[in-house]
Amino acid sequence: MTPAANNAFSEVFATREPQIMKDWLDIQSKSGQRRSASEQQEIKRDSQEFMTAFQTALRSGASDDLSLPAWSQMNELLARLSSRRAKAGYSPTETASFVFSLKEPLFSALQTDLKSKPEAFLDALWLATNLIDKLGLLTMEAFQRTREELISRQQQEMIELSTPVVRLWDNILALPLIGTLDSARTQIVMQNLLEAIVQTRSDFAIIDITGVPVVDTLVAQHLLKTVAAARLMGADCLISGIRPQIAQTIIHLGVDLSEVTTKATLADAFAIALKRGGHKLTQGEKANEAGAR
Amino acid sequence: MGEFLLVTIQVDMHDRLALALQDDLTAQIVRHRSRGVLIDISALEMVDSFIGRMLGTIASMANLLDAHTVVVGMQPSVAITLVELGLSLRGIRTALDVEKGMAVLQAALSETQDIVDANP
Repeated sequence: MTPAANNAFSEVFATREPQIMKDWLDIQSKSGQRRSASEQQEIKRDSQEFMTAFQTALRSGASDDLSLPAWSQMNELLARLSSRRAKAGYSPTETASFVFSLKEPLFSALQTDLKSKPEAFLDALWLATNLIDKLGLLTMEAFQRTREELISRQQQEMIELSTPVVRLWDNILALPLIGTLDSARTQIVMQNLLEAIVQTRSDFAIIDITGVPVVDTLVAQHLLKTVAAARLMGADCLISGIRPQIAQTIIHLGVDLSEVTTKATLADAFAIALKRGGHKLTQGEKANEAGAR
Repeated sequence: MGEFLLVTIQVDMHDRLALALQDDLTAQIVRHRSRGVLIDISALEMVDSFIGRMLGTIASMANLLDAHTVVVGMQPSVAITLVELGLSLRGIRTALDVEKGMAVLQAALSETQDIVDANP
């Protein structure tokens, strides 16, 4: 990359800017499926900002190295733009073609102006391709980053949502588990449960695994750990909601759950917890009548 | 406190302190003819395998001297650490706080009392 190429390129760019801008906007509005007025407006504004930043960078004699400070304004602009588009649900192609569609008008401008100087034309073309490609990649990177942030935030929300600790009675907590248990989730489940035990001063905790689709050795291990930790804190832990297949798997795997009180249903576990806590269950008259009928 | 000893661990346990506690506690149990020991570790925020094992050994020693041991007020993070270390302190009774720990000791004591009463 020679300064001469940069000069030739920026000169062409400066003189032909309105033309390039117009062609670019035409191409964008032709290729894009989004045609609402506000979106057109937005594209136009983005393009104008992009052009200004591009020109400023070129004027300060920046080469195609995007880490130079001259490009920082452009980097910022693209990052903002693509993260906004990622959030608005644009496809990657749509986002990337914003930058790539600049190639055509840019090349044709270069071609018309530098027709007489093939060498300078080649140099300028090479610079332009390089620049646009790098800017495009930058856009995609920012786009991807925003999407990943979105995913990890949703994951976090899901984890928080999926481990509620419910107070069933004085001193009795229930922890209905839904979904697959992995190490990260078990850690959160354990922490939530133990903190809830301290907060509510509960003596009993019922872990209901009706919603856990698969129990393998790892999951069983995690369950046992949770039970042991709760016991260390001074709370009794019961496991309920064991489905027939899961009972079979646990035994086939040779997992020893004999030290833990297990019940088939949450109701049974709750009854046991009440009984151990010194409560007594009696049926009212209505229930007796209904039973007699 | 009557026939019970209450041990409150206020500072971060280091190994020598733990050993001193062991000595002191066994001596006190014998001197006061205590029937129960309550170890309050609610201020303990960090444990290692040594402290975990020490809690276990203190409990067995107290057991040997015919005193029940209850560990109370374990922090959630401490409980998780102990479990991850593979120390689930099977021999030790636990309770949420001193009050509940006392209840556990009373219950354990009255059980043995019943046996004594049953064989006059």
